[in-house]
Amino acid sequence: MATMTGQPINRIDGPLKVSGKATYAYEHWDVGEPLYGFIVGATIGKGRIVQIDTTGAERSPGVRMVMTYRNAPAQGPRDASIPSQYSRAYPMLSGPDIHHYGEPVALVVATTYEQARAAASLVEVEYAVLSGHFDFAKRLDKAYAPKAVNAGLATDSAVGNFDTAFKSADVKIDQVYTTPYQFSQPMEPHCCLAVPNGDDLTVYVSAQILAEAHTAIASTLKIDPLRIRLVTPYVGGGFGSKLGIHGETILAALAARALKEPVKIAMTRQQIFHLVSVRPATSQRVRLGAGRDGRLVALGHDVTMFTSPISEYAEQSATSARGLYAAPNRLTRHRLTALDLPRGEDVRAPGEAPGLHAFESAMDELAHALNMDPIELRILNEPKVHPEEGIPFSDRRLVECMREGARRFGWERRPAKPASVRDGRWLVGYGMAAAIRGQFQMTSKAKVRMGPDGIAVVQSDMTDIGTGTYTIVAQVAADALGVPLDRVRVELGRSDYPAGAGSGGSWGASNTCTSVHRACMALREKLRIGKIPAEGMEAEGEIAAMSEEPNYKNYSIFTYGAHFAEVGVDVDTAEIRLRRMLGVFAAGRILNAKTARSQLIGGMTWGVSSALLEDGTVDARTGAFVNRDLAEYLVPVHADIPEIDAILLDGFDGKANELGAKGLGELGNCGANAAVANAVFNATGVRVRDFPITLDKVLPALPREV
Amino acid sequence: MRPFTYERAIDPEAAVAAVSKAGAKFISGGTNLLDLMKLEIERPIHLVDISRLPLKDIKEEPDGGMRIGAQATNSDVAADIRVRTRYPVLSQALLAGASGQLRNKASVGGNLLQRTRCPYFYDTAASCNKRDPSSGCAAIGGINRGHAILGASDACIATHPSDMAVAMVVLDAEIELLDADRATRRIAIGDFHRLPGTTPHIETALKTGEMITGVVLPAPPEGRQFYRKVRDRASYAFALVSVAVVVATERGTITSARVAFGGVAHKPWRAKEAEAALTGGTATMATYWAAAEAAMAGATGRGHNDFKIELAKRTLCRTLAHAAQEN
Ligand SMILES: Cc1cc2nc3c(=O)[nH]c(=O)nc-3n(C[C@H](O)[C@H](O)[C@H](O)COP(=O)(O)OP(=O)(O)OC[C@H]3O[C@@H](n4cnc5c(N)ncnc54)[C@H](O)[C@@H]3O)c2cc1C
Ligand code: SF4
Repeated sequence: MATMTGQPINRIDGPLKVSGKATYAYEHWDVGEPLYGFIVGATIGKGRIVQIDTTGAERSPGVRMVMTYRNAPAQGPRDASIPSQYSRAYPMLSGPDIHHYGEPVALVVATTYEQARAAASLVEVEYAVLSGHFDFAKRLDKAYAPKAVNAGLATDSAVGNFDTAFKSADVKIDQVYTTPYQFSQPMEPHCCLAVPNGDDLTVYVSAQILAEAHTAIASTLKIDPLRIRLVTPYVGGGFGSKLGIHGETILAALAARALKEPVKIAMTRQQIFHLVSVRPATSQRVRLGAGRDGRLVALGHDVTMFTSPISEYAEQSATSARGLYAAPNRLTRHRLTALDLPRGEDVRAPGEAPGLHAFESAMDELAHALNMDPIELRILNEPKVHPEEGIPFSDRRLVECMREGARRFGWERRPAKPASVRDGRWLVGYGMAAAIRGQFQMTSKAKVRMGPDGIAVVQSDMTDIGTGTYTIVAQVAADALGVPLDRVRVELGRSDYPAGAGSGGSWGASNTCTSVHRACMALREKLRIGKIPAEGMEAEGEIAAMSEEPNYKNYSIFTYGAHFAEVGVDVDTAEIRLRRMLGVFAAGRILNAKTARSQLIGGMTWGVSSALLEDGTVDARTGAFVNRDLAEYLVPVHADIPEIDAILLDGFDGKANELGAKGLGELGNCGANAAVANAVFNATGVRVRDFPITLDKVLPALPREV
Repeated sequence: MRPFTYERAIDPEAAVAAVSKAGAKFISGGTNLLDLMKLEIERPIHLVDISRLPLKDIKEEPDGGMRIGAQATNSDVAADIRVRTRYPVLSQALLAGASGQLRNKASVGGNLLQRTRCPYFYDTAASCNKRDPSSGCAAIGGINRGHAILGASDACIATHPSDMAVAMVVLDAEIELLDADRATRRIAIGDFHRLPGTTPHIETALKTGEMITGVVLPAPPEGRQFYRKVRDRASYAFALVSVAVVVATERGTITSARVAFGGVAHKPWRAKEAEAALTGGTATMATYWAAAEAAMAGATGRGHNDFKIELAKRTLCRTLAHAAQEN
């Protein structure tokens, strides 16, 4: 039988999705007609509720309940000592204090959505406004060092003597780059349907990691986790914003338990901007010191970003610089400054996306200063072992990605001199950047049962957030069991299935599939010995966290890639448009060439978006995100993304796991922004370091054509 | 969203009669009104649906002009072969606006009356003289990258977002209105939209209860027509600046010129000073720049939108050069 793993087969859940039969959290009608909740958000950025009048709302037609801090049930407190912020309790309406604009101050529950929404506007809140801190640039001097950054990575790293080496370097780059607030805006809004059954609760939740959501819900509601069941067969995108649950889930659960009826809540698109995760704005100083030959002697990356004072979060933005290039003297640091804004959370490629945007732009600046080809500069500084940890690489193919990409893209046609190539009214430029992202392994379990009918059922609480999990799990299981694909049924997204690692950090595919593979191998072993009984035969598979796996200590296990972009910049108006883009990636063994490519193309599109468009603007007077809808918070539309392709190098990283597979969900979004930014420089000779690069920032530097 | 009642009008007279109720409003495609209702910026208690009125015709007029029914969709007008050949600036402007789906729903009448995209207008917690007279203007001193550089006041610096209307302004279109007494009148589009002054909540010359029944285009002016829209992304974004031009040249001399800008003012902005600077001049960059300087002589930025002044000048010059080249 032909190997299924790697085949570019279509999603097995595709027909369900295109025919509207895949049920998302808001759509489980089998529970009966639910009540609808609508969240009322604070209209101040910091202060206190002085008075809250709910009588108008309560009298409004159809209203069943108005919940505020005065009548909300007691909930478990947020516990910052729990390492993963997504497992912490997430109390709602727990007091009169307002910590950020849009924070929920009331929940209105009514018979219909329209009634709830109409009544929500009748809730009258009087605030005592306190002056808050909303202006990132003005608070940079208040930055402090957190204990650790995201994923438990070290706050600082230092090798050799950076200061001395940088000072005496022949060629120096010392620049500050800024990146804006960004948002995950999945197509499916954050929503939840909570169904009480006596003291038990079923929560149809839109979440990426069920085990964490489960813990968070139970500890917020202060009930036995065994009484709560989570159901999440489909998720309409997450991009980090559903790693944790948010107000909609807790409020729906509280209301459902109070009213003893099913309650569902969906956030409006506008609400998502304030009630869900935001990628922190950053200010990044990159210092590169090199000899005239291009060899790096000093490499420094200092990142400052905002954090919410009530929930500390630090993206690991300077960590990419720790492993990308060789240099004897190195320094990377993360600092945080507190602002009264919604809490920071992971947004696709946390750390790498803003970090590489700055760092790979600086590398381009260095190449320009040295008058060197940017690829040659990178190859020259390719390390033999991990430059800070000294351990070998499991499978590092960055140079190959760059060479292969250069060949396919026609990199040799890159204008050697910036602003030297025209196509009609367009200035044309090429840019490239490297991609790097860590491979994570978390504990993960899966179960497989084969019935006498020969059908294998794989179960895990893993989610499919639109990435293709159902499909790759089926492919891996089919190969491991030696059965055709149509004999495998994949069941995901229920908290009563074995706990997988969930979808996040690009670890979902490799972790889940490895545990599924082990379960299937165990079942095969059982089948070899015995016969399938009537109730079927079952086996489990499990993987340990990377901290328990020697390979992850002894090897640097990462994924790599190289991005290439061609942009056009209008000579008169400075409008910037992508003309074509290519990414070449190495991420071990590819589980499904089609779903993998889709992930990478999607990630690259995010890169284009962060380079040129996305910009969450805060009104520094109120702490509100001003452009909080998708007409004003711009992301690329189809017309912005012409020819774009992703090539996957064939590979196998046996140090990562026995499948040889590594995660790639975020890899496409690592460095893609810098490739586009570098292309804008190549096209115009104008270096914009305040991202995104919008036309108003380029225009003043473009000479008038008279 | 507040509860409201709904009726579908069967003919224009019934429509204007129905809308005379207090709190009643017309709804056409609903692409602007419904969004505003959800956010409770518009709070009609009764909707009169005029989308099925027999006002969809696009007809030629005996004087060589055309009449476009108020209910013709933006898509239909843009695709009409007579519009495309005789009023290309209008077709181009329509196609530069919104998205295919929106244009299929959006009506000509609704497009003229669409409201500003100022983000503070959309935020009922922010002060906004347009939404809530005398409450102040949060955009002044706030985020104002998209705001007006011409004709603004201390009460309001919002822009009119329509692309279509900018093209109609250079075409000297007239708007046809029907009131509750069944009286009809016509008003030049240039007089239809108002500058904010101290009353930014009064946006047009439309009287209470009046309905737009159509737009009348005079015979096409002489010369080449172009619409150029500058925006942050390639499609589906409002204009930072847009320019509509009609220029005629004869042996290198500009014999007539019409210029209007979008995205710069509370109304589609006809630039008569630029037209004067162009007419009789040579079709050269020097003339275009003089016209651009004249057009922007009174422009002021509010900080984030300062770039629009230079952008408008450059966009005008390039569009004129393009038009002249094609002559
Ligand atoms: C995401 C998005 C992007 C957009 N981008 C653009 C763009 O780039 N460029 C652009 O120009 N436009 C853009 N638009 C706006 C779009 O063009 C308008 O929403 C549309 O033209 C309005 O027409 P409608 O028929 O849907 O009006 P409706 O929403 O039905 O009505 C709008 C207003 O006009 C009134 N009205 C409607 N018809 C009449 C009439 N005949 N007589 C009297 N009053 C009437 C209504 O009472 C209401 O107050 C965009 C809209 C959206 C949602
Ligand atoms: S610019 Fe006009 S619409 Fe915007 S906030 Fe000010 S008054 Fe309101």
